[in-house]
Amino acid sequence: MLLTKNLSRQWCRIGPRGIYGQSLLEVAKGEKDIFAISADLGNSSGLDRYKHTFPERFLNIGIAEQNLVGFASGLSTLGFNVFISSFAPFITMRACEQVRLNLGYMKSNVKIVAIGSGLSMGFLGNSHFGLEDISIIRSIPNIPIICPCDCFEVYKAVEALSKYQGPAFLRLTGAPPTSIIYTEDYEFNIGESITIKEGNQILILSHGTILGNALKAVKKIEEEISCSFHLENVHTLNPIDEKVVNLIKNFSLIISIEEHSLIGGLSSIVSEIITNANLNNIRHVKIGLPPKFLKSGSYEQLMNEYDLSSDKIYKRLIEELKTKNY
Amino acid sequence: MKKCFNKKNLEKECFLIRKKILEIAYISGGGQHLGGGLSMIEIMAYLYGYKLNIDINNLTSITRDRFILSKGHGVLGFYPVLNYYGLIPDEIFKTYKTQYSELISHPIKNYNFGIESSNGSLGHGLSYGLGIAHGLKLKNISSHVYVLIGDGECNEGSIWEAAMSGSSLEIDNITLIIDYNKFQSDGATSEIINQRDLSKRWSSFGWNVIEIDGHNLDDINQAFNQISAKKIPKLILANTIKGKGIKFMENNNQWHHGRLTENIFHQAMEALDNDNVAY
Repeated sequence: MLLTKNLSRQWCRIGPRGIYGQSLLEVAKGEKDIFAISADLGNSSGLDRYKHTFPERFLNIGIAEQNLVGFASGLSTLGFNVFISSFAPFITMRACEQVRLNLGYMKSNVKIVAIGSGLSMGFLGNSHFGLEDISIIRSIPNIPIICPCDCFEVYKAVEALSKYQGPAFLRLTGAPPTSIIYTEDYEFNIGESITIKEGNQILILSHGTILGNALKAVKKIEEEISCSFHLENVHTLNPIDEKVVNLIKNFSLIISIEEHSLIGGLSSIVSEIITNANLNNIRHVKIGLPPKFLKSGSYEQLMNEYDLSSDKIYKRLIEELKTKNY
Repeated sequence: MKKCFNKKNLEKECFLIRKKILEIAYISGGGQHLGGGLSMIEIMAYLYGYKLNIDINNLTSITRDRFILSKGHGVLGFYPVLNYYGLIPDEIFKTYKTQYSELISHPIKNYNFGIESSNGSLGHGLSYGLGIAHGLKLKNISSHVYVLIGDGECNEGSIWEAAMSGSSLEIDNITLIIDYNKFQSDGATSEIINQRDLSKRWSSFGWNVIEIDGHNLDDINQAFNQISAKKIPKLILANTIKGKGIKFMENNNQWHHGRLTENIFHQAMEALDNDNVAY
């Protein structure tokens, strides 16, 4: 598929969930073993066109996430690459042990697609928020975790996963219109982080659609004061790219920004790297969601409430720069 | 290589397999899930000694029948059977419950030995088996899937999610067997969770239920060969006796998980021999 600037504008208005469904439809035309199953959230996963195009490669298994995971794993033994989608907490927690045994332990060729993760479910509240999903999946061996930063990257991730043998977890955040990071085709490889912006003073690590807010904040600061940020798109959180480890070693101020609990996500990953490498004199600022149940609101309100809007990120970065005397 | 159904032979094989169970349980030591292993032997000997279409020289053939042991703690009713019928070689079988062995107290997926899935946590195998069965149909492969669960295992909600799914998706290339021995870890199933009319519960979920004596090989043969209505999944509700074959273990839930001392081992072997003087 030809990725163009116009398309990126269209796609950001559709949002990651819709683009997931469209992407799967697109890749399924070439990859005949792709199969999609949903626990009654096919339309919410943007799969309406997919299921009409490939009715023989789609199932709605019913509102039964445990059966969804087990069934998908069994199906995968016949050579199918099975994409299963549901809201982040349902698929990571309701069916957590199925994920552990079937995907982690048996390494079934099943791709979990966690839709509506982070705070994107807005007024649907904590029952539907994906606050801990990375933390949970990261503690299970053998499951790569991929968090696309915009709708193009959703497509690139689905395309990569359509050719990837083994279990994986795809985390979709953000509500339309989502930020646009990429406007043309680019190289995406599972496990390889991507530099969005090179710089030499402050390292910013981020993933998911929140990365767009970080980029806006960084651009604004750089326009105002003389300051150099390096912004890295850590789209794969497990395994973490060695490049990220090396970047961390080369900066004294590192800021991780994510739409996930401060427990177990990128913040924890960066802390672990710092501890494991015995790095002293590094300041690590963690911007993420407090580890508690959160308020409801529109996505925009929530970004603001929990300091993840580009304005709030801007203010936080300025504060840090002041204490660091940049 | 279609085998003939020979009841006498299978009965003898059940006796020899039970001997193997006692021996490996004694030699490997420690606590063992004996009761639930012994209750499933006639069904397992029937499957591996006669029914399953499996080529032991090509255990990954896509056209093989699949057997899933969902009640994963039942390995004493599984590995000795796989060893007896040539799927697990003796030198591997001997390593059961030794450090680093591939044969531990719950199955670990290993196609080399015909072990289709990792189990141990209850309520997983039926969903997995249904997925395989559905996949076989999509690929136009006429193989059959057999899944064995326990009656205690029917406490798990995931079993009923799978039960709904099996009939809704009209998966008729699967046979589910319930080893209905009426005990679970803490005692009699009837005293823990009300499972009265288990047969009706399953038929109300859209399964074709055939209730049999799970130790009677003629019953077993008839049930497995009974042609089910198209599009309806089949369930064999096999009434069994926990600890079957060793008189003092039968219906004695101390043997859900127990240890064979030297004395008890010899008593058990004697009890087994006394009941099988013909062999």
